[in-house]
Amino acid sequence: MNTLEESTVLDTKVLEMNMGPQHPSTHGVLRVKLKLDGEKVVDAECIIGYLHRGIEKISENRSYIECVPYYDRTDYIAAVANVYGFLLGVEKMMGIEVPERGRYIRIMMVEFNRIASHLLWLATHAIDIGAMTVFLYCFREREEILKLFEALFGARLTTHAFRVGGLWKDLPPGFEQAAHKFLDEFPARVDEYEQLLTHNRIWLARTKGIGVISGKEAIQWGLTGPPLRGSGVDYDLRKARPYGGYEEFEFDVPLGENGDTYDRYVARIEEMRQSRLIIQQVLKRLPGGPVRGKAPKIVKPPAGEYYSGTESPRGELGYYIVSDGSAQPFRVKIRPPTFIGLQALRRLVKGHLMADVIAIIGTLDIVLGEVDR
Amino acid sequence: MIENLIIYFLIPFIKIGAIVLILSGAIAYLTLLERKLIAHIQVRLGPMRVGWHGLLQPIADGLKFVLKEDIVPSKADALIFTLAPMISLIPAFVVFSVVPFGPPGMFEGLLRGILSRFLESASVERIVSNPIASGGFVTDINIAVLFVLSVSSVGILGVILGGWASNSKYPLLGALRSSAQMVSYEVAMGFAIISVLLYAGSLSLVEIVQQQQAGGWWYFFIQPVAFFLLLVCGMAETNRLPFDLPEAETELVGGFHTEYSGFRFSLFFLAEYANMITVSALAVTLFWGGWLPPFPNVPWLGFLGIIPPVAWFLIKVFLILYLFIWVRGTLPRFRFDQLMNYGWKVFLPIALGHVILYAAILAI
Repeated sequence: MNTLEESTVLDTKVLEMNMGPQHPSTHGVLRVKLKLDGEKVVDAECIIGYLHRGIEKISENRSYIECVPYYDRTDYIAAVANVYGFLLGVEKMMGIEVPERGRYIRIMMVEFNRIASHLLWLATHAIDIGAMTVFLYCFREREEILKLFEALFGARLTTHAFRVGGLWKDLPPGFEQAAHKFLDEFPARVDEYEQLLTHNRIWLARTKGIGVISGKEAIQWGLTGPPLRGSGVDYDLRKARPYGGYEEFEFDVPLGENGDTYDRYVARIEEMRQSRLIIQQVLKRLPGGPVRGKAPKIVKPPAGEYYSGTESPRGELGYYIVSDGSAQPFRVKIRPPTFIGLQALRRLVKGHLMADVIAIIGTLDIVLGEVDR
Repeated sequence: MIENLIIYFLIPFIKIGAIVLILSGAIAYLTLLERKLIAHIQVRLGPMRVGWHGLLQPIADGLKFVLKEDIVPSKADALIFTLAPMISLIPAFVVFSVVPFGPPGMFEGLLRGILSRFLESASVERIVSNPIASGGFVTDINIAVLFVLSVSSVGILGVILGGWASNSKYPLLGALRSSAQMVSYEVAMGFAIISVLLYAGSLSLVEIVQQQQAGGWWYFFIQPVAFFLLLVCGMAETNRLPFDLPEAETELVGGFHTEYSGFRFSLFFLAEYANMITVSALAVTLFWGGWLPPFPNVPWLGFLGIIPPVAWFLIKVFLILYLFIWVRGTLPRFRFDQLMNYGWKVFLPIALGHVILYAAILAI
């Protein structure tokens, strides 16, 4: 009886499919091994390491100052924020005070970087779901921020933004006006994106209820940043453990409710607006004085272990630095937010369709430079 | 004898040749139009380098396609792999044999002028009075609408075969998607057209336009719902955003044509744009009065007759193409199951209800 039934029913097989490392929507060189039943995802396995450069190991053979440009290249979308996190750690170890003007300019540039990073996220997320116009609109605004970076740092992407003790040099003439001009135009531009996406039925259908994760589970998976806040957990290091002077500024931490792709989208959009508010406060209260404090030529922190956690655009970016008292770090362990966030991908995509995998990779906002280091 | 040769052989051949040439040019420049329009939607310039404002870009693209190496993947089914792009492209052109670009008798004067130099006046009159010879279309068959629907659904076979013959997973998924999509939307599209047929009482496209002339109203004003159904289903049929799932660059890396390159890829590409023109031409013929000016029987609008009928037709086709491109610049992409839901649970019931409603109205 059994054999008869089996022989009359055609056999079906799970389709194993490689997405990446050269897929246009895996944001770099992520490789996902998908097991598909039709178009439904049965299982997904992330394979990473295609962009591994051994940055942590390299750091052990460089002096603290020489390390810094390498952290431009971990999360190259948010290079400023990455360097910022490391330098805060080093300054904490050394007990170096950064003058107020330097601190303020740093916060301003990190927030500019957050906006730029979120713009790039929105651009790629939108084009993954097929809205190609938003992609180019976002790049238009990001370009303005990169111009500001170029004016101050001399570079656009891997900026080597800050130095131990402050900044390399003060703001160039005309910087503040250019920043004001951008900030004045920016809200209208964000409204424009929202007009194209937020209430678009197709966009809602593609993002609502996709990749749902509860707040509790998000914590268990170690998600931080917008993916965690999209699930309604109020945890932003700038508020929870203020660093570098963030406690002096007023801003809201946007939260989602349902923990789906749409909520994470709304949270990031709102974060861009909040970052703008922070920058405006900085510009309003920008004090005079030097931008760089007293820092020794050779940085030799006392032996010990230090952790510096900052809120990068992608979540909690941690630098765990072990010093043996020499001019080179004994060990630098980076906690990249999306490396840890990526492990939740398997949990998020199970049961969804193949097209949703793209949306979920987009919503995690991964940067492979940071995942692989 | 010679008259029959001219009517059934020479003149159709000239017309077919003209249509193939013009259509190829139109497709080439449609790609440029799309790139330019989308570029301006997205605040950039689009092609600017080749020719004045990129006017020679399509030619450069075409050359590039032809000059590229012709690759057939070693694991692919070579015969079907080669055949698929042709199966896709040819129907897109064949459909135009029944599309009326202009009214019957459009070429009367021209034909008479040329033929009277070579033939006696009696045979000239015989040729000129033949509606097919002098009309602004290749042929006028009484099942034209069915012909369009059936031929254009052959085109999708090329997509399915191409995806299957590539022997690769992404194209396979693309091909499966497209077959499902075609089945879902063909049905609703058919029903949208049926309500026009009920009204016109004919399947001939020429006859349908003439009916609109006699009624004084384009069918768009009588059946706007059916028009929008046809338009949306047309977008789905031609794999345009928001329904471009079989291609879906960001999901399927190009879908069914992932393994294609060079000239074969360009055939698929041409087919897609030819299908866009086909759907627009069909929509214009059925709903926007083909070659007619707006409100053809209103006397004080008679000055619109200055613009020749063919120009009216082309203007309307252009407008619908513009709409297609505009939509592409604005909307995100549906997901596969959502697309099927819309097809079966929204469009089909609306189309069916629409047909029943109009049938009831007409019966009364």
